[in-house]
Amino acid sequence: MKRVYVNEKWCISCHLCEYNCAFANSGETSMVKALKGVTIRPRIRVEENDRVSFAVACRHCPDPICVKSCITGALSAKDGIISVDSWKCVGCYTCICACPYGAIQPDETRGVVQKCELCTRNSCGEPACVKGCPNGAIVFEEREKKQ
Amino acid sequence: MRYVIIGNSAAGIGCAEGIRKTDKDGEIILFSKEKQHTYSRPLISYWLEGKTSLEKMKYRPDHFYKKNKIVFRPSTEVVSIDPVGKTVRIQKGESVSYDKLMIASGSKPFLPPMPGIEKVKKRFSFMSLDDAVQLEKQLTPESRVLIVGAGLIGLKCAEGIRSRVGKITVVDLADRVLPSILDEKASAMIRKHLKANGIDLILSDSVASFTAKTAALKSGKEIRFDLLVTAVGVRPNTEQAAQAGLAVKKGIVTDLHMRTSDPSIYAAGDCTESQDVSSGTQRILALLPNAYMQGECAGINMAGGNSVFDKAIPMNSMGLFGLHMVTAGTYEGECYRKKTEDSYKCLYYKENVLKGFILIGDIGAAGIYTSMIREQTPLDSVDFDLLKKNPRLIAFSKDEREQKINTRFYREPVKG
Repeated sequence: MKRVYVNEKWCISCHLCEYNCAFANSGETSMVKALKGVTIRPRIRVEENDRVSFAVACRHCPDPICVKSCITGALSAKDGIISVDSWKCVGCYTCICACPYGAIQPDETRGVVQKCELCTRNSCGEPACVKGCPNGAIVFEEREKKQ
Repeated sequence: MRYVIIGNSAAGIGCAEGIRKTDKDGEIILFSKEKQHTYSRPLISYWLEGKTSLEKMKYRPDHFYKKNKIVFRPSTEVVSIDPVGKTVRIQKGESVSYDKLMIASGSKPFLPPMPGIEKVKKRFSFMSLDDAVQLEKQLTPESRVLIVGAGLIGLKCAEGIRSRVGKITVVDLADRVLPSILDEKASAMIRKHLKANGIDLILSDSVASFTAKTAALKSGKEIRFDLLVTAVGVRPNTEQAAQAGLAVKKGIVTDLHMRTSDPSIYAAGDCTESQDVSSGTQRILALLPNAYMQGECAGINMAGGNSVFDKAIPMNSMGLFGLHMVTAGTYEGECYRKKTEDSYKCLYYKENVLKGFILIGDIGAAGIYTSMIREQTPLDSVDFDLLKKNPRLIAFSKDEREQKINTRFYREPVKG
């Protein structure tokens, strides 16, 4: 399946992926309305120091420890995409304790967790972080066959 | 091929899903002592609090048994196992044969002898949905509730019912709350938080004797109550396994394939012992994620696959009155500690590996620490000073980062 891959060599630490992610998942049609004056809650986060930077989002692991650890059954994998059913989630954060990438975040406003769902549940159509990356550091590729 | 599964919680369900990864058609019969569709046991406190519903608590969707071609036998307790004839006996004398058997019989509340407890009519355990339903029926805004046990179960119960009762007192023999998952300083912080949320805590004390509505404590204090919840601890359900001659110590003994001493019988979840990677000891890890992963591993092996579960560690995540805590591993070795007004962090490390951690308040990306414990990542291969501040992938080597974010999927490092 197609996955999001990040090449730190090309990341320029602009954080646009975070803004595009927050906008894509906000449900708003205006970027200004979605982002201005609010604390954004992106599902991708940029890690950086003075030498290197890169973005991290859910890897959609084929053997997902978050799904196995979920105490409610709210996290599930379908067609390789791991998504969260926020109706079932109680915000216990066991998945946050389990994810080796730090790719699941609390959504304190709703008392649940949130994570990258490859923009399959919003109107973006393809991952917004990839679409908006100005330097090609984040790509959405099929690499399974290469192995 | 006929698979028989005893138990309808995380380990039993994990087993069924593990079997179906390999064997799409073999017959699966799943016995449950309880009447309900598979539900998430740890959610019973959330249910009392109104944060979930009976519908949402279902651990798998309604079509789960049908979709996975599982013959589900609710309200049916397995009373004995005959490993020679390869059958299980259920109530009313019926016997069911198996080719491979999974024992996921869970645990039961442990009740130490407390004189006079039989006089208490409104007395509850807090393990099952039935327990919660029974307790719920008795809750009134005036109820005075005594909870014996300041561990995970007792305190989650307290949180669940706080807004629905008049007064809650929690008594524990230990000198601090949550001694199994918190160190002293963290316990002190949670204790203060519980107090601020109206929970009366009496520690280093225990009940000497009960009358119908009073508890006399060893210290001489007397507590009047209307409802009593006992949450002292749990013990694995190992009776049938022991009677069948399987190796049982504290829990049912298995190898890393989750096979018991009988090659046709597997076991998983709260009824078993695990090899805790973080402490290197055999322990009972009565935790849902552990149960699921053991069950799934067993299921794969029962169906002829080859799976090993060698990554068991204690790991807990929960909130109490809005304050979240995430903990994992074993608290031994040196300690890096940082405390603020509303957060606490403690990392335990020894012999070049992270052994355990406690995070309260700020728990973001905690799983990066958890995976370091699980994978026994050498601390000299990472920027540990950076990791002490925050769990971040940038603290790993360039090759590791490349593996984690830019390869097909992350392959676990091969251990030397």
